[in-house]
Amino acid sequence: MQIFGPIWTAPIVLGVLTIVGLVSALVGDGVWDALSALALGIVVAVGAWYGLRRPKKRHGARG
Amino acid sequence: MTPINIRRWSWVHKWSSLVSTAFMLLLCITGLPLIYHHEIVHALGNEVEAPAMPAGTPRANVDDVIATALAAYPGKVMMYLSQDKEEPHVWALTVGDSPTSNDYKPLLADARTAQMLPEPPLEGGKFMSLMFHLHVDLYAGIYGKLFLGFMGLLLLVALVSGVVLYAPFTRKLAFGTVRHERSRRVRWLDLHNVLGIVTLVWALVVGATGMINTWADLLLKVWQNTELAEMTKPYAGLPPVTTLASMQAAIATAKQAAPGMDVGFVAFPGTAFATPHHYGMFMYGDSPLTSRLPKPILVDAQTGAVTSSADLPWYLAALLVSQPLHFGDYGGQALKLLWALLDIATIVVLITGLYLWIKRGKAQAAKPAEQRATEAA
Repeated sequence: MQIFGPIWTAPIVLGVLTIVGLVSALVGDGVWDALSALALGIVVAVGAWYGLRRPKKRHGARG
Repeated sequence: MTPINIRRWSWVHKWSSLVSTAFMLLLCITGLPLIYHHEIVHALGNEVEAPAMPAGTPRANVDDVIATALAAYPGKVMMYLSQDKEEPHVWALTVGDSPTSNDYKPLLADARTAQMLPEPPLEGGKFMSLMFHLHVDLYAGIYGKLFLGFMGLLLLVALVSGVVLYAPFTRKLAFGTVRHERSRRVRWLDLHNVLGIVTLVWALVVGATGMINTWADLLLKVWQNTELAEMTKPYAGLPPVTTLASMQAAIATAKQAAPGMDVGFVAFPGTAFATPHHYGMFMYGDSPLTSRLPKPILVDAQTGAVTSSADLPWYLAALLVSQPLHFGDYGGQALKLLWALLDIATIVVLITGLYLWIKRGKAQAAKPAEQRATEAA
């Protein structure tokens, strides 16, 4: 099993973004809060994209 | 991973999840309104605010504030006094029949007029109080807290075992694949995997800090019995303080001992955060760190002189730093909204996980996990 193979690329990026998001708001206000919202916002957006999107219906394909 | 390992981790994931799922659902659902605690209390009209006065109106003597409160509630004694940086015109007071009374009363006073403000509803009103107790202690005090802490530990086990199983169950799929063309069970398995891995680190942090929070009472007891006891050894055996020294003067003395800090919380003699002979004064600074990590100062409640000041021990510092990471209240409205969305995503992970177990079917259950992994991927 490749530990840092393709399977783990996205989860590691998301994990790092989450840590940046959680820690930066703790460090300070203003810019730090904005960075936090951006980093965690990406994580939430990725979850929403894959969790909520529906496949386009094609002819002959089941929806 | 070998088939036997997949089977073992599946067993761990199944049971740690199954045992904790009902409580995790409860925690996620009650946690949602708690993220917006302040806003909901405000909207329900359960918030008490000090009336507007011209800027620069001087503050009253704190001793007058205390005298007013005790006059309004005869027979009660002071337990705690605190002020929130966000609401500088309000003193929060807690009074009770004795310093260790469980039947305490939270009061609010105007810091400028030394007049009592209307009594706030206990714990933000009936609804928020219900959410709070279902989230924190299930109305069972320390035992409820420790029980939920154990459920938190099981959640951490479920998360780690879930990560281990993530690879064998998704290795042939591109990241984020949800196979809509397949059966609902496959669809929900994919959804469980995607949302589980997206929310993983957030859930680990919120789960771990939540578990640490359940130990708060125990950690305080440790501190009382070790460092606090050590600091107050010279006072052991002395008769209780009869006349309390001026609080106004004690605050001024404490501020001198902690330059650049202001008092946030005062525990009166005999309460959990003080000694029978001292005010426990907790000083807060302005920096992101010192605004969360107070410096405790013990002030002799008879003479008003500083007995000692020390930094918080590491385990209390860890507790206090872990609290914002659990509450999500430290980055403004954007962070709160993201906290709520991640909470909802976690609810979906819990429900899809439960569904996968319920719909495992006889044929599926008979198959070993490594075979299901092969089929799923």
